[in-house]
Amino acid sequence: MSMTATKAALPPLRRTAEATTRRGSGHAGTLPRMAQPAAAPKRTPIGPKLASLAGSLATRILPPLVVIALLLLLWQLLCSRPGAGLPPPTKVLTDTWDLIVDPFFDNGGIDKGLFWHISASLQRVAIGFSLAAVVGVALGTLVGQSTWAMRGLDPLFQVLRTVPPLAWLPLSLAAFRDGQPSAIFVIFITSIWPIIINTAVGIRNIPQDYRNVSAVLRLNGFEFFYKIMVPSAAPYIFTGLRIGIGLSWLAIVAAEMLIGGVGIGFFIWDAWNSSKMSEIILALIYVGLIGFLLDRVVALAGNLVTRGTSAH
Amino acid sequence: MAYLDISKVGISFARAGIRTEVLREVDLQVERGEYVSIIGHSGCGKSTLLNIVAGLLRATAGGILLDGKEVNAPGPDRAVVFQNHSLLPWLTVRENVGLAVDKVFRGRKSRAERRDWIEENLRLVNMMHAAEKRPAEISGGMKQRVGIARALAMEPKVLLLDEPFGALDALTRAHLQDQVMEIHARLGNTILMITHDVDEAVLLSDRIVMMTNGPSATIGHILPIPLPRPRNRLELVEDAASVHARAAVLEFLYARHAAPALAA
Repeated sequence: MSMTATKAALPPLRRTAEATTRRGSGHAGTLPRMAQPAAAPKRTPIGPKLASLAGSLATRILPPLVVIALLLLLWQLLCSRPGAGLPPPTKVLTDTWDLIVDPFFDNGGIDKGLFWHISASLQRVAIGFSLAAVVGVALGTLVGQSTWAMRGLDPLFQVLRTVPPLAWLPLSLAAFRDGQPSAIFVIFITSIWPIIINTAVGIRNIPQDYRNVSAVLRLNGFEFFYKIMVPSAAPYIFTGLRIGIGLSWLAIVAAEMLIGGVGIGFFIWDAWNSSKMSEIILALIYVGLIGFLLDRVVALAGNLVTRGTSAH
Repeated sequence: MAYLDISKVGISFARAGIRTEVLREVDLQVERGEYVSIIGHSGCGKSTLLNIVAGLLRATAGGILLDGKEVNAPGPDRAVVFQNHSLLPWLTVRENVGLAVDKVFRGRKSRAERRDWIEENLRLVNMMHAAEKRPAEISGGMKQRVGIARALAMEPKVLLLDEPFGALDALTRAHLQDQVMEIHARLGNTILMITHDVDEAVLLSDRIVMMTNGPSATIGHILPIPLPRPRNRLELVEDAASVHARAAVLEFLYARHAAPALAA
C-alpha cells in the first residue's frame, strides 16, 4: 500500500478506491512506527510515569541515533582518504560552520543566509500548494459527484499527471514571462493531481447511509457539502494533500535551479558552480529536514481534522 | 382514510435492459399510533417497501399518502432508523442528534429549546451519559439507541425501523425491544418496522404483515396480534394467543412461502 504514496503509482480514478488507504502512509517514506507502549494509566505515581516516558523515548530515538552515527562513521572513513570526490562530515561541518551559525545574514543580491533561501522556497510552495489545494479539492469534488464530469475529465487528468514537473517550466516561463509566477505554477501543477484524485475517490466512497441520512433530513447542497461530504472525504483529501506537499517540495528545488534568484534550489546550483560541495551537502540536509517537517505538518493537520472520521 | 395509506405500490428496476419487478400491488393501511411489522424472507422486497415509504426510492406504480399528503421525497416526517445505525462518525452522540434537531426545528425552536429537546431525546433512550462520546467509542446497542433518539427527535409522523435490532446480540436486542415498546406506549408513535425475527414481530406489533417471496412480492397475509399492552416477554412465552400468533407466522414463512432456496 505504501506504493500509493509515490506519484508513479497513483492509479487511475476508477480503481483507486482499494489502492488509496485512509491515512495513507504519506510521501516521505517514513519507516513504520515502532509499536508504542500502552499509555500509562491515570493516577499512577509520577516516578514510574516518567520512567516509562523515558523508556518510550529511548526505544524511539535510540535506534535512529545509532544508525546515523554508524553512517557518519562510514562516510568519514570512505571520504577521508586523499583524492576523495566528496568531503567527509568533519570537513563539511568546518566548511559550512559560518552558514550554520548565521542563517540570517543578507549581503544583498543572492548572497543571503540559508534562512532567506529556504523561506523564499517555502513561500513559493505555500502559494502554489494552497492554490492547488483549493482548486484540487473543488475539481475532485466535481469529479467525485458527477459521473459525467468524471468521464470527461479523468482521461485528461490521467495523461496530464504523468508530465514531469520541470516539463511545465518552459511553457509557464513563456506564459508568465517571469520566474516567480512560473515557479509557483510548477508547484501548483505538480501537486494538484494527487489532491484531485484522492478527493474524488473520497467523495465517491461516501457511504450511501450518509447520503440517506442527509436525504431524510433534507440537507441542502451547501449543508451536505460541509456537514457530510467534507468530513466524510477528509481522510482521503488529506492523503492527497500529503502526497501533494511532498511533490511540491521535490519540484521547487528543481525549478529554482533553472529560474535562479533566491531559493534553496538556486543556492544548491550556485554552490555547484563554485564547487562548494560542503554547502551542497548542508543544503541537502536542510531540504530533507524541511520536506519531512512539511509532511508532518500536513499529517498532523489531517489527524486533527479527521479525528474520529476513519474509526467506524 | 388511514393515517398512512400505501395503495397499489409496485416497483421494478431495469438493469441491462431486463426489468425485474420487485414489488407488486402492495396495499397497506396503517392507523395513527399503530405498530406494524413487515416480515418476510430475505430478498422479498421488504426493505424496498420501507425505502419507498421513506421516499428514498420512487414507486413505479401506485402511491403513498401520509396524513393526507402524497409521499414523493424523503423528509423528517418519516424518520428512518437504519439497520447499521448510520451515525456520522466524526460527530459526538449529542452532535448526531443535534444535526437532526437543528435542521428540523430551526426557526421553530430557540437555541435553548433545541438543546433541551436533544437532551430529552437522549434521556429517552438512556444515552445522556455518553452524550459527548463518538460512535466509535460506544457499543452497537448504544449506537442503535442513538439512531432511535435521532429519529424520534425529528418528531416524525411515522417512524420507520429497518431491521433495527438485526445486528445486535440477543440480550442487547431484548433490552432494546423493551425500550422501544416503552417509548411507543409513552409517545404513541406510528411505527412501521421491518424484521425477520418472528418473536420480535409478535412481541412488538399490533399487526404483522407477511410478504410473499419475490420477484413480484406482495402482501400474503396480515395477522392482527390482539395481545393486551403492556406486554411482557416472559408472560408471552406461555400465552396461548401469543403462541398461536407465532405458529401462524411460522406456518406462513416456512410451509406456505418457504424461502426460495429451500423450496427449490
